[in-house]
Amino acid sequence: MATDPMAEIRASFFIECEELLESLQDALSDMDEGNYDNETINVVFRAVHSIKGGAGAFGLDALVGFAHRYETVLDELRSGRLELTPEAMKLFFHAADLLGDHVRAARDAGPVPPGSEECLVELEKLIGGGAGPAAEEEVTDFQPMGLSFDFGGALDEDLAPEEAASELPVWTVVMRPSAALYASGNEPLHLLRALAALGEASVLCIEDSPADLDALDPEAVTLHWQITLTGDITEADIREVFDFVEDVCQIDITEGAAGLPDLAPALSSAPTLAALPDSAPEDTGFGFFEDLPAPAPAPSAASAPEPSAPPAPDSAEAPESAAAVSAVIAPAAAAASSKEHAEASATVRVDLDRIDRLVNLVGELVINQAMLAQSVAEAGLPPNSAVMTGLEAFMMLTRDIQDSVMMIRAQPVKPLFQRMARIVREASHAVGKEVRLRTEGDKTVIERLADPLTHMIRNAVDHGLETPDTRAAAGKPTEGVITLSAQHRSGRVVIEVSDDGAGINRPKVRDIAIAKGLVAPDAQLSDAEIDNLLFLPGFSTADKVSALSGRGVGMDVVRSSIQSLGGRISISSEPGKGTRFSISLPLTLAVLDGMVVSVAGETLVVPLSSILETATLSSEDIRALGPETNVIHVRGAFVPLYDLGAELGYRCPRANYEGGIVLLTAQENGARSALIVDAILEQRQVVIKGLQRSYGHIPGVAAATILGDGQIALILDPADLVQNASGRTRGPNLALAG
Amino acid sequence: MSLTVLAVDDSRTIRDMLKLALTEAGITLHLAEDGVHGLEVLEGIAPDAIISDINMPRLDGFGFIEAVRGQDKHRATPILVLTTESAPELKARARAAGATGWIVKPFDPPKLIKALQMVAG
Amino acid sequence: MADHSSNTSELELLSFRLAEEEYSVDIMSVREIRGWTRATPLPHAPAYVRGVINLRGTVLPVVDLSVRLGMAPVEGDARNVIIVVQVGSQTAGLLVDAVSDILALPRNELQAPPELAADTAHSFIEALTIVDGRMIRVLDLGAVLPDEASEAA
Repeated sequence: MATDPMAEIRASFFIECEELLESLQDALSDMDEGNYDNETINVVFRAVHSIKGGAGAFGLDALVGFAHRYETVLDELRSGRLELTPEAMKLFFHAADLLGDHVRAARDAGPVPPGSEECLVELEKLIGGGAGPAAEEEVTDFQPMGLSFDFGGALDEDLAPEEAASELPVWTVVMRPSAALYASGNEPLHLLRALAALGEASVLCIEDSPADLDALDPEAVTLHWQITLTGDITEADIREVFDFVEDVCQIDITEGAAGLPDLAPALSSAPTLAALPDSAPEDTGFGFFEDLPAPAPAPSAASAPEPSAPPAPDSAEAPESAAAVSAVIAPAAAAASSKEHAEASATVRVDLDRIDRLVNLVGELVINQAMLAQSVAEAGLPPNSAVMTGLEAFMMLTRDIQDSVMMIRAQPVKPLFQRMARIVREASHAVGKEVRLRTEGDKTVIERLADPLTHMIRNAVDHGLETPDTRAAAGKPTEGVITLSAQHRSGRVVIEVSDDGAGINRPKVRDIAIAKGLVAPDAQLSDAEIDNLLFLPGFSTADKVSALSGRGVGMDVVRSSIQSLGGRISISSEPGKGTRFSISLPLTLAVLDGMVVSVAGETLVVPLSSILETATLSSEDIRALGPETNVIHVRGAFVPLYDLGAELGYRCPRANYEGGIVLLTAQENGARSALIVDAILEQRQVVIKGLQRSYGHIPGVAAATILGDGQIALILDPADLVQNASGRTRGPNLALAG
Repeated sequence: MSLTVLAVDDSRTIRDMLKLALTEAGITLHLAEDGVHGLEVLEGIAPDAIISDINMPRLDGFGFIEAVRGQDKHRATPILVLTTESAPELKARARAAGATGWIVKPFDPPKLIKALQMVAG
Repeated sequence: MADHSSNTSELELLSFRLAEEEYSVDIMSVREIRGWTRATPLPHAPAYVRGVINLRGTVLPVVDLSVRLGMAPVEGDARNVIIVVQVGSQTAGLLVDAVSDILALPRNELQAPPELAADTAHSFIEALTIVDGRMIRVLDLGAVLPDEASEAA
């Protein structure tokens, strides 16, 4: 069925697989943390089960095979027959990873992922060994019941030879439904029709015990049928009609015509039963008697082949015969609309660049709208004029578009983190260490970080963490932990990769740097300086190139790829405790909530997220710290004071800051700073414009924006500013450059 | 033929395929994502037959069938179970809940339609 | 002014005035010409970077060409002009006194500038030519605009 709709459904199936794989990972993680219930296990089971189900429809045998065996083990878990041990958990994770590989291999027609068989064998050991790859359960319908020749009446065998004289086989079928047949929604009429469709049929309805109409229980079983079928029909064909009812109906099939059982008085004796008038009170036919339509010509040609096995191997049934049943079943008073209920939403894959362009354009729209609003305001139009109301509507629309576009742009980081989790699993397995990945924090991060992060995590597993024995000897838990977190801070996105390993071996680093001629042998280096040696090109502490991370891809490559994204990376480490890499990236979302301030005649924007509070300065709050620096007393603590105008080179430090406004901000390490501005103008959303890098990094400046009046305002990075600041709020000579 | 059918399955792929196969045959199809949703959808329609998956979140196939059978008007509505599993005890359980018949995935569209006709006419 | 034959032996230049002297740039690198507008200063930027201006929604750095060439800063008022140029992937504005003319010259009329070690402006000048008795310096834009500086970690 390789038509276009199927291709679409197939594509949609693979998208669904990714969603299922993600929920599988989530649920497995929850189980791993002990944070699960029966429903969690069900989610795991259903994910694998659904992937298998869909895959079967597209003939993706390798995927079906793998999923089926995985599912079988999960079924044991689900039914409580398998205990969840850490070893089992590891296998489940591994199998989930491989399942994902199988899905992608199926999608891209790639090779079967290696290690699948081994993993499955290990899994199956958990449940006492599986049946192996050949154990695909036979896809069967109900098993046919044995024949029984219980007719409840004398069989007139003399009739049989006469019938047999005709070319076509004749069958006698006695159908004795039990109450359960009706209770299960089956309908003898349909069965009779189906039989009639097979060949020429004559039907006899036999009432077991005539009953008083008034006392009749419509659901009591008092009828059975005897059908004589003539046609090119095999017994299997007949059995197939009774597929669904074999367990709720007694079916007896014999060759040859049966004599008419002499049971019920009020039946005609002719082989073919004409329609009885419904006035006959004894014939409690329930309206089952009617002219059965002429059967379709004996279906001899096999029509639709049935590749997927089930029990009737001969394809003698003809779908066309179904069409011969022409009775129209009036649809019950169904609502005329064929409205389908909400499907899962469709997805589209879009080039990231296009989205960025769209985001930029929306940003332009916001700016222009702001400029328009300003001009209109300056034109002095009355507030309820058509222009003003139109402008308001315009503003609301713009805001809506902006929100929608922002939602498109914000990329979930979960897939990235899940990939990292897998890397940790594989890496730790490869080097024989026990490692767990913890993820936390706000998750909106760029995909392009995947490579640097991968490298850093592998490094951590390979070099940062000690072997289980070493850790135990140091009194640490044998399992190492790598923490991956993502957060918004001070208008930037901060991603941290930290481990609880041995920390940087500073003497060793220093020695290697000297040996490679990167530093002079007698150089005096601080701890931080030694740590940063890792970022030098050509530096590698691996004694032997490990399979994972040693191969010449150093931290210098990591740093330059982060820099190419406009970011920064810093490192901190404590011997015996661990190492932390901190990556700080400029905002990826193009709009920022900012506080617009005025400093020395210039307008600046400070990200709202970085401002803890604002206050007005009075001299008594200011205390001197050093010869040129001040601190401010805030609620019992002393916070360093910075004059933004001076730090940015707009003017010299002031003699008196009385009445100035102070913005209290926090750095990445939590330390606070107070920034002095001249005035706060307003609070508003601004569109972020990047600054070209050609003029070097400007300390303290993250980006720029265009205000409503068309003027450019710089967007501050308070943390960066403080880091590079002089802190001079007293004393002479800070000349303005440019 | 113009049957009205309600199909309940948590896999979007299977729902798509049912839609493709059944609407091509002129069947009016209503879809739901799990047992709870299925009961909600059932409220507004009167299907000639119901197709249901077994493994679904919120309310699985067994629960769904039992709930449907518990409704007076649906005591005899044909219900086909559509699933990848064919273990006898599951069949028996489905039967006990009131299922009419059984179709195993991957389903062959003509077979499915034939089965529908078998139970719904 | 000159005939517009797309002759590769000819060069079209936009000439402008800066501190009583005449300079020019290849017209192919000129994006547009704007009137003067106040630039927002960039803290701690090199002295020749005047700041940034809003060019239809883009943040455009403006180079005070006079300072770049080692001379006194351009005053900066309504009479000045900003020539928006593009070199490679970089776009910038050159703040100059006024635009003069568009010239078409055969390439062979361009001369290499003489070596004058004391003159800082020398490294920015690609060629010299004489038009109507006036000496016109052809700027090397690639040298005028700085390279992409690498980011400090």
